[in-house]
Amino acid sequence: MHLTLPRIGTWEAFRSELRRVAAAGVPPEEVSWSRGTAEGGLDLVPEADLAPRREARAPKAFAGFARLVAHHSDPERFALLHLLLDRLQSEKGLMEVRTDPLLTRLYRMEKAVRRDLHKMHAFVRFREVDAQGPRRRFAAWFEPDHPIVEPGAEHFAKRFADMDWTIATPDLTAVFEDGTLRIEDADAGPPPAEDATQALWNTYYSNIFNPARLKPDAMRAEMPKKYWRNLPEARLIPSLIAGAEARVRAMREAAPTIAPARAAAVAAQLREKTMDGGPDLFGHNSLAALNADAEARYPYREGITQLVPGEGPADADLMVVGEQPGDQEDLAGRPFVGPAGQLFDRLAEKAGLPRDRVYVTNATKHFKYEPRGKFRMHKSPTLTEIKNVRWWLDEERALIDPKVILAMGGSAAYALTGNKKDMLKRRSSVETAMGGRGEPVFITVHPSFLLRLPDEESRAREQERFVSDLKDVWKMVEAA
Amino acid sequence: MERMAKRTLEDKLAILSDAAKYDASCASSATHKRDSSKGGIGSTTGHGICHAYAPDGRCISLLKILMTNFCIYDCAYCINRVSSNVERARFTPEEVIRLTLEFYRRNYIEGLFLSSGIIKSPDDTMRDMVRIARDLREVHGFKGYIHLKTIPDASPELIEEAGRWADRLSINIELPTDAGVKAYAPEKDPNTIRKAMADTRLRREEYAEKSHTGRRKGRFAPAGQSTQLIVGADGADDRTILGNSARLYSSYGLKRVYYSGFSPIPDATAKLPLVAPPLEREHRLYQADWLLRFYEFQADELAAGGMLDLDIDPKLAWALQHREAFPVQVATAPREILLRVPGFGTKTVDRLLKLRRHRTPRWDDLRRMGALVKKAAPFVEVPDWRPGGLTDSENLRARFAPPKQLALL
Repeated sequence: MHLTLPRIGTWEAFRSELRRVAAAGVPPEEVSWSRGTAEGGLDLVPEADLAPRREARAPKAFAGFARLVAHHSDPERFALLHLLLDRLQSEKGLMEVRTDPLLTRLYRMEKAVRRDLHKMHAFVRFREVDAQGPRRRFAAWFEPDHPIVEPGAEHFAKRFADMDWTIATPDLTAVFEDGTLRIEDADAGPPPAEDATQALWNTYYSNIFNPARLKPDAMRAEMPKKYWRNLPEARLIPSLIAGAEARVRAMREAAPTIAPARAAAVAAQLREKTMDGGPDLFGHNSLAALNADAEARYPYREGITQLVPGEGPADADLMVVGEQPGDQEDLAGRPFVGPAGQLFDRLAEKAGLPRDRVYVTNATKHFKYEPRGKFRMHKSPTLTEIKNVRWWLDEERALIDPKVILAMGGSAAYALTGNKKDMLKRRSSVETAMGGRGEPVFITVHPSFLLRLPDEESRAREQERFVSDLKDVWKMVEAA
Repeated sequence: MERMAKRTLEDKLAILSDAAKYDASCASSATHKRDSSKGGIGSTTGHGICHAYAPDGRCISLLKILMTNFCIYDCAYCINRVSSNVERARFTPEEVIRLTLEFYRRNYIEGLFLSSGIIKSPDDTMRDMVRIARDLREVHGFKGYIHLKTIPDASPELIEEAGRWADRLSINIELPTDAGVKAYAPEKDPNTIRKAMADTRLRREEYAEKSHTGRRKGRFAPAGQSTQLIVGADGADDRTILGNSARLYSSYGLKRVYYSGFSPIPDATAKLPLVAPPLEREHRLYQADWLLRFYEFQADELAAGGMLDLDIDPKLAWALQHREAFPVQVATAPREILLRVPGFGTKTVDRLLKLRRHRTPRWDDLRRMGALVKKAAPFVEVPDWRPGGLTDSENLRARFAPPKQLALL
C-alpha cells in the first residue's frame, strides 16, 4: 500500500498513520510513503484494511526522535522510521545501539535536522515591513536544507510574540499574526527590501571583528557559505578579510602616542582617593587595629578570597579557637559561619553558653585548600604554618584577656599549648597556654569531627559529649 | 567634548563595539528558560544561539558593547585606558535599549552584553548599567539574555540589583597573577575582585535557598558568573594560569573562565609591545580548561613543565607521559578511566557505557560512537584490537605531532 502525506502537518499525519499501520501489523516492506508534492491531501487507507491487532509500543525517546527525522529531506525517511518502530517491538534496547546500521543512519539524519533547525534559529534575518495594524510587522526569507519550517517556526512564535512576522522558505511559509501561528503552502516571492537598522547591524559586525585574529576557516565551519546570500552582514566578509593584515600592520607600526592631558589629572585624583581612608596603624590597642596590621603582614594568601579575623566582644570571658576558616568563612570573611560553625552554635546554645560573652577565632586565618572541580577540599595547616602566624592569635589573647580558652581540635591545641600529642587522650582535660598570661586551655574536638562521623548513633553520643565539654568550660569561666 | 554631541548613533556604535571586542565572552546559554508567550518580547533557550560569525572565527551571540569607553583607569593592555588617544564616546541608556531591542527583533542577537569603562565613580557607572537592564526588563518586557559586567568597587546594593535583572554577571581578572595586576592594572585590586566574586556566589546561594514558606527569593544571575584572563601580556605560564582557573572554579562556582590571547590594540602603550596574539596557546588552554571541568583532571596534572604542549592536545600529552596507565580495557574500564583516553570525548564515553549494557564494544563501534580512532588506537584494547608494542613505542609522539619545519638559517 502507498500512503501520501500532506505537505502541511506532515509529521502529525505520519504519526497517526504509522500508529494505525503498525497496530494492524502491516509489515514495513508492504508500505511505501511519500509527502505530497502539491496540495494533495492524505491518501487514507480504508478502515477495514487496518483492523487493529496489537498496540505498537515504543520507548519514550522515540516520538521526539522520529519527529526530527520526519523533517529530513531524504525520501526514505518515513519508511526507515516505520522499520525502526517495527524492530522496536522485538528489540527493546535498540535505540541505544547506535552502531546498528539503521540507527546509525537515522541518528545521522536526526543530527542533520537538529543542525538545520539550529541554523534556522540563528540565521533567519527579519526586516521590518509596513504594519497592517497596531502590531509591528517583519518578514524573512530563509533556505534550509530540509523541510523544517513547521518545527522551526515554534521557536520564533515563543520569542517574537508581540509582533507579526512571516518566514518564507522554498518549501512552506510560516505566518504569525495576532499571536497565532499558521503554516501556508504559498510562494512568498522575493525577500523584502533592506531596512534602516540593517546598516547599524553591519556597523556592529565590522567593528566587533578583530583583524589581529583572522580565522576565516573557523567562521566558515560554523557559518557555511550557503547561508551567506541571506545574511546581510556576510557581504562585508571579503573586505574585512582583505583589509585585516594592513590594519594589524598599522597598529604595530604606530609609535606610542603621548597620553592626553586629562590622563595625568585623573591619575592624580585617583591617587589622592586611595591615600585617605587608609588604616591607622598605631599599635594594637583595639582589635580593629590589630586586624588591619595583621592583614598587611600575614604571609599566606595564595588563592584565598580574604583573611578571616576573629569575631566577638573585646571583653569576652571565653575565647574559642578553631583550626582555620573554611569555604564559607573564606567567602563571607567571617569566622564560624560554615557547617561546622553552625553546628557549634547549635550545641553552644544547648549547653547554655551565652554567645555574647564568647570570642571566636582560628589558629590560622586563611583557608588552605585543594581545588577539586567545583569544590574546595579542606587541607589542614602544617605545624610550621601554625607557628608562623601564632603571633596573631597571641595578640588576640593579650587584647581580649579571656578567663578560659577553649581549643577545638589538634591545630588549635597546638597553637595554644605547643603540644601536638594525640587529641583523643587529651580531650576534656585542661592545659596551660604558652606564653602570655598562661590562661587555662580546655581541650575538645573540632565540630567538623562531629560532622564527619558516619553513623547516627556515634554522632549523637559524641555531640552529647561535646555539649558536656561546653558546660564544663562555662563552669570554669564562672568559677574564675 | 563638543565633537561628541555631533556623533550619530552609528558613530557611537562603531567606537563602542570596537572597544568591546577584546572581551572573549559571548555565551548566551545556561540560563533559565522563559519566553514571551505571556507578554513582552524575547525568549531564552538552554544552549544559546550564535547568530553570526565574524572572520576572526568568533561567534556573535550578544550585542557586546561598552556603555562608554571613557575610563579613569590606566590598564596597560586595554584599548580604553585613560592614557590612550582612541576616540571616546558614550551611549545614553535609551540608545543602548533601542539598539538591543531593534537588533533583537531582527533576530541578529540573543541579547545584550553590557560593559563599561569606569567613569567618575564605580557607583555612577554601575547605576547606569543597572538602569538599562531594569528598563529592558520592566519597561519593555525583554525576556532575552542580559550579561552585565560588574564593577568590583560598586556598592553591594547595586550589584544585587544587577543580579536580579541579568542572566550572567562577570568581572574580568584579566591578568593571571596578582603581581601582573599590580604591574599592568595599577588601579585594580585583585583582593577586591575576589571578594566581589565571593559575594556573587554567596548571593546566588542565598537566592537559591528556600525560605520556611517554601518560596525562593527570586533569581540571582541564573546563568552564573564568569571571568576572563588575558594570555601572553604578562609572563604567567600555563601552569600558573590553570592553577588559578582551578581555584576560581572551586572557590566561586564560575561557569566559565575565558582566555583571551593578548591581541594588538590601536594606540598601544610602550609598556606592552605588540605581538601576534598567541592563538594556539589560547586554544590549548581552552582544551585544558575543558579537561578540568568535564574530564576530572587536576590542574597540576596538566602543563607539568610550566607550558602546555602546543603541537598536541593536553590530554594526548598527558597520556604520552603516563603510558603505564594504558592500554585501557574499553569493555570494563570505569568512566573516569575512559575519560582519560585520547580521542574519547564525554559523549563518546557515555555512549560506550550505554552500549556496554548490551554488548562488548568492538573496534568499529568506537568510530560509530564518535571516537577519534586514530588518536585512541595506541591507548585502548577491544576484542578485535590490541595496540601491542605501540603503546610504549618511542616514536609515538611523532605520529601525532606535525613535524616542525626547520627554520632557514
